[in-house]
Amino acid sequence: MSFSYPILPTGHLLAIEGLEAPHISALLDLAESYALLNRQGKTQRDLLRGRTLINLFFEDSTRTRTSFELAGKRLGADVINMSVSNSSVNKGETLLDTASTLNAMHTDLLVIRHSQSGAPALLSQKVDAAVINAGDGLHEHPTQALLDALTIRRHKGRLDSLVVAICGDVLHSRVARSNIHLLSAMGARVRVVGPPTLIPAECGRLGVEVFHDMRAGLDGADVVMMLRLQKERMSGGLVPSPREYFRFYGLDAAKLASAKPDAIVMHPGPMNRGVEIDSAVADDPERSVIGEQVEMGVAVRMAVLDVLSRDLRRNA
Amino acid sequence: MKPILITNARLLDPASGLDTTGSLLIQDGRIASLKGAPAEGADTFDAAGACLSPGLVDMRASIGEPGGEHRETIASAAQAAAAGGITTVAVLPDTQPALDDPALVEFVIRRGEATGSLTLLPFAAATKRCEGKDLSEFGLLREAGAVGFSDGSHAIANARTMRLALSYARNFGAMVVQHPEEPSLAGNGAATEGELATRLGLPAIPAAAEAILVARDIALARLTSGHVHFGHVSTAAALDLIRAAKAEGLKVTCDTAPPYFDLNETAIGDYRTYAKLSPPLRRDEDRLAVVAALADGTIDAIASDHQPRDADDKRLPFAQAEAGGVGLATLLGITLARVHGEDLKLLEALALLTHKPAKLLGLEAGRLAEGAPADLCLFWLDRGWQVKAGALAGKAQNSPFDGRALEGKVMATFKAGRRVFAA
Repeated sequence: MSFSYPILPTGHLLAIEGLEAPHISALLDLAESYALLNRQGKTQRDLLRGRTLINLFFEDSTRTRTSFELAGKRLGADVINMSVSNSSVNKGETLLDTASTLNAMHTDLLVIRHSQSGAPALLSQKVDAAVINAGDGLHEHPTQALLDALTIRRHKGRLDSLVVAICGDVLHSRVARSNIHLLSAMGARVRVVGPPTLIPAECGRLGVEVFHDMRAGLDGADVVMMLRLQKERMSGGLVPSPREYFRFYGLDAAKLASAKPDAIVMHPGPMNRGVEIDSAVADDPERSVIGEQVEMGVAVRMAVLDVLSRDLRRNA
Repeated sequence: MKPILITNARLLDPASGLDTTGSLLIQDGRIASLKGAPAEGADTFDAAGACLSPGLVDMRASIGEPGGEHRETIASAAQAAAAGGITTVAVLPDTQPALDDPALVEFVIRRGEATGSLTLLPFAAATKRCEGKDLSEFGLLREAGAVGFSDGSHAIANARTMRLALSYARNFGAMVVQHPEEPSLAGNGAATEGELATRLGLPAIPAAAEAILVARDIALARLTSGHVHFGHVSTAAALDLIRAAKAEGLKVTCDTAPPYFDLNETAIGDYRTYAKLSPPLRRDEDRLAVVAALADGTIDAIASDHQPRDADDKRLPFAQAEAGGVGLATLLGITLARVHGEDLKLLEALALLTHKPAKLLGLEAGRLAEGAPADLCLFWLDRGWQVKAGALAGKAQNSPFDGRALEGKVMATFKAGRRVFAA
């Protein structure tokens, strides 16, 4: 590659915040090449041969864990999935106990998902492995933002100056935070749209425009990115009811009509159909790129594993 | 015990405004003379120009004992206090068990006496087990030596309970110390609400959670004529309310703690759990308002807000880590930073650490006067040092000031005429 300095200088991928446009572009370019290889059915099984990748998931996840597993296996790594249930955490084993166990196993790459913001950062200070944040609390989900950006770039040819509306429960969304940082760094104009109870404090200071009216927020948008609304937040907690939420913030054809005619619709999954998104929109092949997001997820994760293992390979 | 003559000291008594170079004679545990007349057979201690002030009175701290001895014992807290120039500490009652029984109050006082270096004065629990429901035995607890009533770091959330506590405490001439944070608004928040908490994805507590409880309790102080004291006030909005209540003549007082005038929310950047405190560190506008309120007299005292934690309490993801920082060894140094920063005059700063808190607690301590107890703090005003968690006096090391460079260091501490610390 022509890129002359490390793409991920910290040796970990803990957050998008702090990455700059050249780093992000380099990752996306590499992911693009993996997407092509994947479509051609080619693999690179020698790249991570003999390397150990551990998927350490403290929260349930099927999609992200499978995506990392597939990415690791396509590059030839030995992939181990560890699901740590809350019960064993309650037994008193702390995150740092887990870290010392992982060090003893000589883990090369560690993918972690945790319900607490900052848990991957804490772990990265204590383990020898390169740490990849697969979602921490309300903080960040960097590979999701990268796969979203790759999907957008493939459809729009660029990220710069696109209008991207991120809609729904921004308050509890690590996907939203990572996307805000990434898209802003790449020169997109980011909007967040949602009821005031679901927009975090001083969100505007993250460099986004805040809208509480869905049609106004979608007006002229190139990309409409929907967020999942957790069930426990639907009934009186932060919004009064699913039906009221769908009426004002659910994406249906009528609201989508405010966006540009060629606007694409995205969702990180899993979807609550009839709550934040209407099935007719989610399944519309002309607008929805939700399936492609999943495909790009594997390519992006292959690119991240590739970049973070370069030091290991150089030292080998 | 032989008399001790401390010579060549800058004698500082904030209560009287004394600031002069001279000698101080200690005899029978009390200050015998400020005139410098040498006594027969006295040991001489050359202060070499250092400052000599009354021993510091820390009016609000938590100590690990009873119940949290793995974090800190009274003996180890006494070491930290002595290294910090502190000779009197009023301790909060939310220990295990809570100090809601006269025997427990007496126990803490005795354990303090046993250290030989520190007077411990307990606040008793305002409600049984600090649960915020039923009032404890104010009268009996007061007789046992309680200096006031509080539920420690639990806010007395129920307005009726607070009303009863204020009116009943008044009967015994005692104040009620409130942790001013509306719990239903604070929830399980870990940081102050705003841009930084949003970026870090941390559950947040709005600054208004403090102002709401302060406003409510001021109204209750008006209703009951009771004395409410707010601990660790940290926001501009709450200070404005307190300033107005004082102007109105209500019995409303407050303290703050060094983190709230020395640090702001950015100290928690990268999820630094040693800077996780309750209330959370605020934005810099609030910090500046605290500094201003120290200078204009709205704040009556600076307390250490000492909260010992061990490594297991802190080596956790930020929102799961325990709040609280140690503060005994750094109380003077951080306060002197505001003197060096020219926000406070030296005597004003010392007043907030000595006779003002002593007066709130009804003590004779905190004065450099003939006949007063010889509880003394001798310190170099300008000597530099660096706060290092792991190298602080005492057992607990969870300092939010880890790494902070300070000017102003304790040289020696005297308790009832006996030297209990020397640097």
